[in-house]
Amino acid sequence: MTVLAFRRRPRKPSGLAPWEERPSPVGQLGKGTLVVLIVVAVLGPLYTIVLTSLSTSATVNRVGGLVLVPDGITFEAYQQIFSDTVVSRAVLVSTGVTVVGTLISAGVSVLGAYSLSRPGSFLHRPLLFSVLLMFVFFPGIIPVYLMVSGLGLKDTYWSLILPTAVSAFNVVVLRSFFMSIPGEILDSARIDGASEFRILWRIVLPMSKAVTAVVAMFYAVGYWNSWFNAMLYIDDTRKWPLALILRQYVVDSNPLPSATAGVTGDAPPTLAIKMAIVVIAVVPALIIYPFVQRHFTKGVLIGAVKG
Amino acid sequence: MGTLTTKRAARRGGTPPGPAASPHQPSWRAQLHRDWPLLLMNLPMLLLVLGFWWIPALGNLIAFQDYNPYTGGITGSPIIGFTNFALLFQDPQFLRAIVNTLSITAFQLVFYFPVPIMLALLLNSLASARLRAFVQGVVYMPFFFSWVLVVAIFQQMFGGAGLLAQILRENGREAVDWMTNSDTFILLITSQTIWKDAGWGAIIFLAALSTIDPNLYEAAAVDGARKWRRMWHITLPGLRPVIVLLLILRLGDALNVGFEQFMLQRSAVGSEASEVFDTFVYWSGLRTGDLGYGAAAGLFKGLVGLLLIVAANRVAHAFGERGVYSRS
Repeated sequence: MTVLAFRRRPRKPSGLAPWEERPSPVGQLGKGTLVVLIVVAVLGPLYTIVLTSLSTSATVNRVGGLVLVPDGITFEAYQQIFSDTVVSRAVLVSTGVTVVGTLISAGVSVLGAYSLSRPGSFLHRPLLFSVLLMFVFFPGIIPVYLMVSGLGLKDTYWSLILPTAVSAFNVVVLRSFFMSIPGEILDSARIDGASEFRILWRIVLPMSKAVTAVVAMFYAVGYWNSWFNAMLYIDDTRKWPLALILRQYVVDSNPLPSATAGVTGDAPPTLAIKMAIVVIAVVPALIIYPFVQRHFTKGVLIGAVKG
Repeated sequence: MGTLTTKRAARRGGTPPGPAASPHQPSWRAQLHRDWPLLLMNLPMLLLVLGFWWIPALGNLIAFQDYNPYTGGITGSPIIGFTNFALLFQDPQFLRAIVNTLSITAFQLVFYFPVPIMLALLLNSLASARLRAFVQGVVYMPFFFSWVLVVAIFQQMFGGAGLLAQILRENGREAVDWMTNSDTFILLITSQTIWKDAGWGAIIFLAALSTIDPNLYEAAAVDGARKWRRMWHITLPGLRPVIVLLLILRLGDALNVGFEQFMLQRSAVGSEASEVFDTFVYWSGLRTGDLGYGAAAGLFKGLVGLLLIVAANRVAHAFGERGVYSRS
């Protein structure tokens, strides 16, 4: 386990070094074109999807598909979506699962990682291996499925949280960081009579805000995006998270099994509504992203990959 | 202070604590008395890991049974030995899953693996730090989208009713639905993987690039080495350890080509092109109800995957790299 997590390296400064040759115009042009192409490849689809979701049905019909040039902005599609219970409920389910799941996962992982950060403690090696071996062996979908249904978790929200609550990767990232905290600090607190819980809460966690935030964000994104667990365990359509709606309604263009006749009734989904659902699914990731992006220091990943 | 110093030495990455390192290890009772808060902290994680990982791992016993959840369950179903495994190798669909999985891994090694490296080189060569940060922010983003979303976006771009088809039709050309074309499926999934993951994958190479001593470049430039020569003789050798490590790890992970991506597109392109290990386990086990058979396929994959990872780590260690685990 290497302890490289979260060491911030100085950024490469702007500009050319004095010994560097002036870039050739052709090279500059080629590089510029490439960069523009890459940025457009990522942002272009998002742009037209957001625009289509904000367009009137008249505009969408006239263009005959995705809208590239704005022509009147309307929130019609969003109003329709949220006037119906199916998508609103799915948004609620996804939000609830994400919030509760992230709290559980982050809490369990921080406690677990701290408990594994002390080589030589009682049962340290077997407990550590119970986590590390998760990297090398996956029990398979079917035994996990049988376990979840055996515990009576099928069709409960717990089935979306508990089976994937612990990620060995995140635990190792946290543990590497905890182990890089100078032992003297913890020892002095211990001599002053602080309990382990107090040390974790008052000393270790405040020193690990950034890494904890990143791990919590990884968990949150995982829960929000998770599709397979829900497909496997949730039969009751009223408990569907957004990812299942997205698949059913947007990818497969199947009408949703809606109790209320509305947008999501028998009528085929309009393109604007489809795109609005895509936007709703993207937005949380886009909101969290800038807050945590500054923590993506290169060190996190090195520590994790080498860990 | 004896145990304290040992612990501290261990934390510093010194000699690992073991019976040899500390001959006066306290009795297990004393250790338990000392460390019970740590064990308590470990408990929630232990319960989850045992309950949803290691106990199910033992549940793979059903791979050796004629498993029937209604009449026998895991305790009452008859043991049939390796029959399920023998049947697997006569199942053309299973063989197809193996072939598809390995071809996809090979294809992506050639056409996906170098992309993050090239992207990192491009990003690193941008002179303006601001532009670099902006492009990085943009290319990392799709990593945080779900596969459902990525498939939905690709469908809107390249599907039968997508943007590309729309533009082609407007220009009087014939439109192709790339989302349902099984011949080009491997291209489709590789471009999806590039779109979603290449930016994020570049981070590790950018980190490696930032560790190369800038004085080397200056010295080479003074000695008359032009840009491309500097890249060939300084940058690429600097990246070599990371490239070798990731290449080996990818080979150890050869049976994993992604799961949701294939489940989501299976109905569109058909099982012939899209069947991989994981989808086979799902369809043969959970969909048809032959759980023992599906579990056998899953266990086979798990065990071969385990061997591959162990082998890959051996190779990594032989190259002087650390691999996913190290012996310390």
